[in-house]
Amino acid sequence: MKTATRPLQAPTEAITRPRRRTDRSAILAFVALTAPMVLGLGLFKYVAIGWSFLLSLSEARGTITIGSWVGLDNYEFLLRDPGFRSSLVTIVLFAVFIVPVTFAGALGLAILLHRIRRGRALFRTTFLIPAAVSYVAAALVWKMSLFNGLPSGIANTVLLLFGQDAVPWVATQDPPLYWVVLVTLRLWLQVGFYMVLFLAGLQAIPPHLYEAASLDGAAGWAMFRHITLPMLRNTSVAVLMLLLINALQAFDEFYNIFSSGLGASATAPVRPPLVYLYGVALGDQNYGVGSAGAFLLTLIIVAITLVQGRVVGFGRKD
Amino acid sequence: MIRVLVRYLGLGLLSTLFLLPFYIMLRNSLMTTRQVTSTDWQWLPVPFTLDNFTELFTDTSVPMGGALANSLLIATVTAPVSTMLAAMAGYALARIQVPGRGVVTAFIVATLMIPGSVTFVPTFVVIDALGGVNTRWGIIAPGLFNAFAVLLFRSFYLRFPSEIEEAGRLDGLGHVGVFRRLALPNSTTMIAAMGALSFIDSWNAFLWPLVIGQDPSTWTVQIALSTFLTAQTVNLPGLFAGAVVSILPLVVMFLVAQRYIVQGITMSGLKD
Repeated sequence: MKTATRPLQAPTEAITRPRRRTDRSAILAFVALTAPMVLGLGLFKYVAIGWSFLLSLSEARGTITIGSWVGLDNYEFLLRDPGFRSSLVTIVLFAVFIVPVTFAGALGLAILLHRIRRGRALFRTTFLIPAAVSYVAAALVWKMSLFNGLPSGIANTVLLLFGQDAVPWVATQDPPLYWVVLVTLRLWLQVGFYMVLFLAGLQAIPPHLYEAASLDGAAGWAMFRHITLPMLRNTSVAVLMLLLINALQAFDEFYNIFSSGLGASATAPVRPPLVYLYGVALGDQNYGVGSAGAFLLTLIIVAITLVQGRVVGFGRKD
Repeated sequence: MIRVLVRYLGLGLLSTLFLLPFYIMLRNSLMTTRQVTSTDWQWLPVPFTLDNFTELFTDTSVPMGGALANSLLIATVTAPVSTMLAAMAGYALARIQVPGRGVVTAFIVATLMIPGSVTFVPTFVVIDALGGVNTRWGIIAPGLFNAFAVLLFRSFYLRFPSEIEEAGRLDGLGHVGVFRRLALPNSTTMIAAMGALSFIDSWNAFLWPLVIGQDPSTWTVQIALSTFLTAQTVNLPGLFAGAVVSILPLVVMFLVAQRYIVQGITMSGLKD
């Protein structure tokens, strides 16, 4: 290692001298350490997205070769397609349900846990452990057991206790009871994850703030509104962003709860955009339209995230 | 006093609700088909059977054993490799002063703008061109490059004490040497946190393995489960036995590495 002889006072030297000759070993080390990441991201992000963009302007059925240009036809097709449009409505509705519910649930659980002295770790584990479960396994339990529509399913057993009849949850479209299945599933899977974020945020609030406030006569709701919530602003913004981005990319549970194989997914009562795109790209092998859809969806997600960021004050200086 | 009691009562009730799906999974996996579909709800599988589990690995029409092996291979390759690549890049971006470092950082950070699962079409196109469809490496490769983990490692190494680095350089270590001998061994917590999260993510991944591995030989455990879940006829208790087996490794890992997983969530959640 030649650079090892570099003297200790190198930093000051760097100031007094115009500039050390470019440190070749530093460049070599930098390249060696970053090259795999740069090449990998270059290939799987930049090349992939560039190629896909060109495909989105091409007629590409059953082929990934670029060239039969059709301009913006693929985009136009998507925007006119009732299937794609209804998938956008579906995902917005889903986000409208799942984001506030999970946010409130995670914050509520975190506050409950923060206030108890004993057993916090135990309860935290209980709420967090579903985060280890895949959407597929959860969909299985929800579809085939909890909400299976049979009188013996747990949801229906509870209904029977209250004198109600058994309900076919997934199959009921009017009223759309399948939303109960979808929302509770995702809530169970991810509420613990966001609870951990809120717990970390709560633990960072200096206790003297509460002491001072209680001296001023504040209690309960006032404390929550004027201390807890403002102090959790950064966490809240991060949680809202993550929840929204995750909701807009929903795929697993919709696919597993509604479809019976690739071809039958068209009969699902609701399809989010990714399920729609999966059908177009992998089912119909239409990579032109599939690519166009990926771009439209990216655009929409980025736009919504930016608007939400503006609304909840992301990037605002404290 | 009463308030405390109410809190614990509420937490106890909620915990029971949260553990219920696990219990149901286990209960159903120990029952016969007739017991599972019986109109009377039974809390305990009496009598219980282990046939569903033995069948899982002996029935050749259900490639569950192979799927488990694939998932294990994919997760055990992805977790350490993606963590190591991210640590390397993160260290270089944080500690090695070279011209053009800002450009490389921007190149990596810019990829975070695109929402993850939306890129399955573009990534499929590249993997298809490279001949990776229906191969295990095709499932693994795109997951090895995690720009987000690079950022986390970068901010971690920015706080790495420069005294240690200088001491290492005095002892004759180059940049790579300092990283390998000093920085890396001093970031085991961070590595464990990122590694555990990466393992969970790749074990539970569904969309990408579904896109690339249509052939049963490349099925992961999630794809195998989903295939039977969405099939017309299903062996219900067998399916639940499969689910139990599929979540067991993660639940065990979760309980063992919980501290790191919680740290990983906290770090990766507060990305801004």
